[in-house]
Amino acid sequence: MSKRILIIGATSAIAEAAARQWAARGDALFLVGRKRQKLDDIAADLKVRGAANAGVFEMDATDAAMHPSMLEAAVTALGGLDVALIAHGTLPDQKACEASVAMTLAEIDNNGLSVVALCTLLGNHFEAQGSGSIAVISSVAGDRGRQSNYVYGAAKGMVTRYLQGLRNRLAKKNVQVLTIKPGFVDTPMTAAFSKGALWAQPGDVARGIVAAIDKGRDEVYLPGFWRLIMLVIRHIPEFVFKKLSL
Amino acid sequence: MGVRGAATAWGRLDWPAASAELALGDRHAALPPVEGSLLAYGNGRSYGDVGLNPGGTLLKMRGLDRFIAFDADSGVLTCEAGVLLADILAVVVPRGWFLAVTPGTRFVTVGGAIANDVHGKNHHAAGSFGDHLLSFELLRSDGARLICSREGNSDWFATTIGGLGLTGVITQATIRLRRIRGTAMRVRNWRYTGLDEFFALNAAAEQAHEYAVAWIDCLAKTPRGVLMAADHGEGDLPAPHGEKRVPVTPPLSLVNGLSLRAFNAAYYGKPWPAEVHQHYLPYFYPLDAIRDWNRIYGNPGFYQYQCVVPPTAARDAIGEMLDAIATSGQGSFLAVLKNFGDRPTPGLLSFPMPGTTLALDFPNHGAATLALFERLDAIVRAAGGRLYAAKDARMPGDFFRAAYPQWQDFSRFVDPKFSSGFWRRVMEQA
Repeated sequence: MSKRILIIGATSAIAEAAARQWAARGDALFLVGRKRQKLDDIAADLKVRGAANAGVFEMDATDAAMHPSMLEAAVTALGGLDVALIAHGTLPDQKACEASVAMTLAEIDNNGLSVVALCTLLGNHFEAQGSGSIAVISSVAGDRGRQSNYVYGAAKGMVTRYLQGLRNRLAKKNVQVLTIKPGFVDTPMTAAFSKGALWAQPGDVARGIVAAIDKGRDEVYLPGFWRLIMLVIRHIPEFVFKKLSL
Repeated sequence: MGVRGAATAWGRLDWPAASAELALGDRHAALPPVEGSLLAYGNGRSYGDVGLNPGGTLLKMRGLDRFIAFDADSGVLTCEAGVLLADILAVVVPRGWFLAVTPGTRFVTVGGAIANDVHGKNHHAAGSFGDHLLSFELLRSDGARLICSREGNSDWFATTIGGLGLTGVITQATIRLRRIRGTAMRVRNWRYTGLDEFFALNAAAEQAHEYAVAWIDCLAKTPRGVLMAADHGEGDLPAPHGEKRVPVTPPLSLVNGLSLRAFNAAYYGKPWPAEVHQHYLPYFYPLDAIRDWNRIYGNPGFYQYQCVVPPTAARDAIGEMLDAIATSGQGSFLAVLKNFGDRPTPGLLSFPMPGTTLALDFPNHGAATLALFERLDAIVRAAGGRLYAAKDARMPGDFFRAAYPQWQDFSRFVDPKFSSGFWRRVMEQA
């Protein structure tokens, strides 16, 4: 059966790749992002690929005052809602954040607080409905703070914890809450990095997301080998970990 | 979407690298300001240096992979230039449409298909890719965006089709598709012995069928092979699955005189049912099922030699070439023989012309291979034929300029910021 899917951060490479897979099976989509032209281009593409519908809504995810009208627009355009994917985010410049409180808070807002705000709203919507899926792109970076990107890690860690609690609450209400933890993904967000063997393509990560939602999973590492890597990282004693350069 | 890996050409010869590779991701954006020359790079399926720009900048186009519009009633499709023909098929085949012209691999971009004005097994019936192109947008280095079609900017239309990427960047294109009534192909096979039999069988096959192409065993004493003609059928057949892969590159070519003779004999001798129904994938794209098949030629890489010779000279010239190849002891497994139709080409520098085209792959044995090509060049030149730039890695500049006298008109349309390894090579001493 075709699904009605809201995608926030729809112009991100991973979200677009997931949207293409949903479009190919005829799902109806509602795309939210900051860049109108890009949203329109993606919507046109998804319609050709088979999407039953592809509406767009221009919004900065950190503008929480806009969230309710965005959700209302999505529900109206799609005639209801089955899945919400939250995929927006930025990769902060850790060094610059260390020198700027304002930048640190802005990054926490963008990658953490805005997600919490959206999930609060969506959680209530799906709870009242008694069905639905909330899928959120968190990160392996949220599993443990590391010197190289702990501002990002802190925001993602907040998201991961928040989703754990929300899942615990909504599990009784027939609502799926999926925490997605990608490792390194070759996207415009990571264009500046040199890519090694651990790097995944957005299409592969997207396939994992689509499958995890279909299967009603709670938490998924993408690609799967990151579960093992993070298991090790999480279990290194702090007195050792603090001396590592990770 | 994800854009990774250094630009390469399909023949895996040793070309000097570009000084920079920049991924384009937004068709509305201006070209990046760079020093030196530019060239759009699609999916790297050209064999030689036509898609490379050693020392200059490559603009990687695979990020421009969005569809723009599709009218399922009229079969008119608009998409960005980095969309693969494979992506188009995945979207349009289930809705009853097919590419009007497709080359032997579906892993080429739309931009690359235009820039090389690619042809397929139906050239005699449908012409080349450019014949079904309705319009495209050309982005020039001065920022101008030209909407080109037969009606508007028709000079840019004709010079950009088959224009080898030299007139600017194609950002998006609108093509006309052809109707199909399922994924099935009705394929007919005939074994032939001798070129006379090929030409006779082929002439009849072209009358009766939309697609016709022949494999030729160029190592046999008397040329022999199999002619395969086909039409779209009715109904759907299951797509074959299970992609094979050449996992590593051997140090030396696995294609050599011994393996080739055995392989050709086995291929010729295998059962060729007179008539068979099959899915379109194995008919059009047999090699697409073997990922990285170009690795079988080993580290030195390989050349493809594809020429066309006019009808009156075709029989003798092809015979002479096959003799020269047999004498040289260098063989080709992927030897393909096909007649082009006589419709005028849409592009000023398009490769097809009325006559017969012969395409052959050769492992790179250095000087010996290049010497064979010189003998083949002499035959093609004497016959009034020409070579295909998309496959070329070595044709002499004077041969290119003699065979494509339109190059002088064409060169006025070359963007001053654009160049390629191929273009600098064939323009030397012009």
